[in-house]
Amino acid sequence: MKKALCLEVSGVTKHFGGLYANDHIDFSVEEGEIVSIIGPNGAGKSTLFNCISGFYPPNSGKVFFLGKEITHRRADTICKMGVARTFQVVQIIGDMTVLENVMTGALLRYTKIGHATKKAEEVLAFTGLAEKKDFLGAALTIADKKRLEVSMALATQPRLLMLDESMAGLTRVELRGMMDLIRKIREKGITLIIVEHVMEAVMEISDRVIVLNSGKKIMEGPPKEVVRHPDVIQAYLGERYVVSQ
Amino acid sequence: MRNISLKQILSGVIAFVLVMIFPLVIKNTFAQHVMILFFMFGMMGVAWNIMGGYAGMFSFGQVAFFGIGAYTSSFLLITYHVNPWIGLVVGGLVAALVGAAIGYPCSNLRGHYFAIASIAFGEIVRTHFNNWKLIGAAEGLSLPMLSEGFKNFMFHSSKLPYYYIMFAFLLISLLVCYLISTSKMGYYFRAIKESHDVAKVLGINVVWYRLVAIMISAFLTAMAGTFYAQYVLYIDPESVMLLPISVQVVLISMLGGAGSVMGPVIGAVILIPISEFTRVWLGHKGTGVDMLIYGFLITLISVYQPKGVWGLFMNLGKRTK
Repeated sequence: MKKALCLEVSGVTKHFGGLYANDHIDFSVEEGEIVSIIGPNGAGKSTLFNCISGFYPPNSGKVFFLGKEITHRRADTICKMGVARTFQVVQIIGDMTVLENVMTGALLRYTKIGHATKKAEEVLAFTGLAEKKDFLGAALTIADKKRLEVSMALATQPRLLMLDESMAGLTRVELRGMMDLIRKIREKGITLIIVEHVMEAVMEISDRVIVLNSGKKIMEGPPKEVVRHPDVIQAYLGERYVVSQ
Repeated sequence: MRNISLKQILSGVIAFVLVMIFPLVIKNTFAQHVMILFFMFGMMGVAWNIMGGYAGMFSFGQVAFFGIGAYTSSFLLITYHVNPWIGLVVGGLVAALVGAAIGYPCSNLRGHYFAIASIAFGEIVRTHFNNWKLIGAAEGLSLPMLSEGFKNFMFHSSKLPYYYIMFAFLLISLLVCYLISTSKMGYYFRAIKESHDVAKVLGINVVWYRLVAIMISAFLTAMAGTFYAQYVLYIDPESVMLLPISVQVVLISMLGGAGSVMGPVIGAVILIPISEFTRVWLGHKGTGVDMLIYGFLITLISVYQPKGVWGLFMNLGKRTK
């Protein structure tokens, strides 16, 4: 059964002066998929996220979300349309409680504080932060901050969730927890795009992996195929390693 | 979510009653004058707080809104005999429009960059008014003596009506601030204060909400300006548009506690008497003494309690529980 397209990125190019951070990137994501974007540092993963979510205007190319073009829309409009994202460097509101943080996200769909609070409590129960709802955002551990950021994104009720390194720097147990959460999010019918360096997680949860290197897409396919591909190994480990194999 | 406790309601009621009977017991007009200034600066502090404490735009140009309010109502009264109460509303709207017009191009300015731009804004408006013949330029405007009464917003025999009107204005601004702080807008302001990025990914239209904060703040500040004009009956750019007034408004809010509804009121109740009494006791020799004391207090508060005196109260409350 062919599923509907959630996101379509066609020919997206973003350059900063002479540096091409994204060079004609094409890919698409079906509804309900988990797609990982991997690549060495500086490959253009975060830039791509910024181009999709409206933080950078791409220099050329187009982005479609559920069939509608979102290329040059404002970030908050894209969020309202149903695309949520997190940042590589956690972005939460430090002097609000966990509940208030999530509630602020929920207020996108509700006007009344009471309704938003109820929704926020629901989300926190789902993400497993309910017990810490009265903690200040700034007082959380890094793992909980990442979880909170995901909760805030979920509270905006997205159809597509883009996670930028939500699993970096976590302990094994925390990593397991985050992976379980990502699977649970997918079960709710939310499509996920994940930028990640933690290969253990990428291999296990992704349906498809896209590899970027120096701003170009060099490979796309199921995780097991991708990691064995010589081009990918070369991108990560250098030419000599490939030859010696 | 903050719930108002019985204790808070009770202390609010007691404060209200005390303020209401104060001028009836203490007939000293200077004391009444200090109270009026306290209300006025308290209101400007509350207005600043909506913009600075909640939405994170540290404005050092509030005096421009204050002056625009004072000038709009006075000019309309002198030239077109427009009732000051209507002038009050028009002045607020003009200030809000000017605020939006200057705020829009500053949409991406944050932190000290916004502060610098706001200082420039205040100084530009002052220089402009200093040279604008139509509104009296540097000579200022003298308001005509109208018959006393609430209708004309003018009282000659007693300060009492001014006292109660300004107190009412302060209460209105506190109500506005409270309603904002407990609504969607308040949470959105706080998100914007934290970071524009986090606000955007929560679907918040940062540019729009910042303009709303500026406009509300400008309107309330302009109301205080109209009040001042009606109270003193003479305005000129050097009395209603000086940078130190803007600075004082910021200090009041920071000292009391930026980002809390009551913070600026606490700040005003501490700082305004200090500045008025040092001015009277020490006369010209004392010029700047209030600033010395301010500076000392601000240093103390920023080192030991960045959340202001209000934050100190809150912490004490928590510890004793």
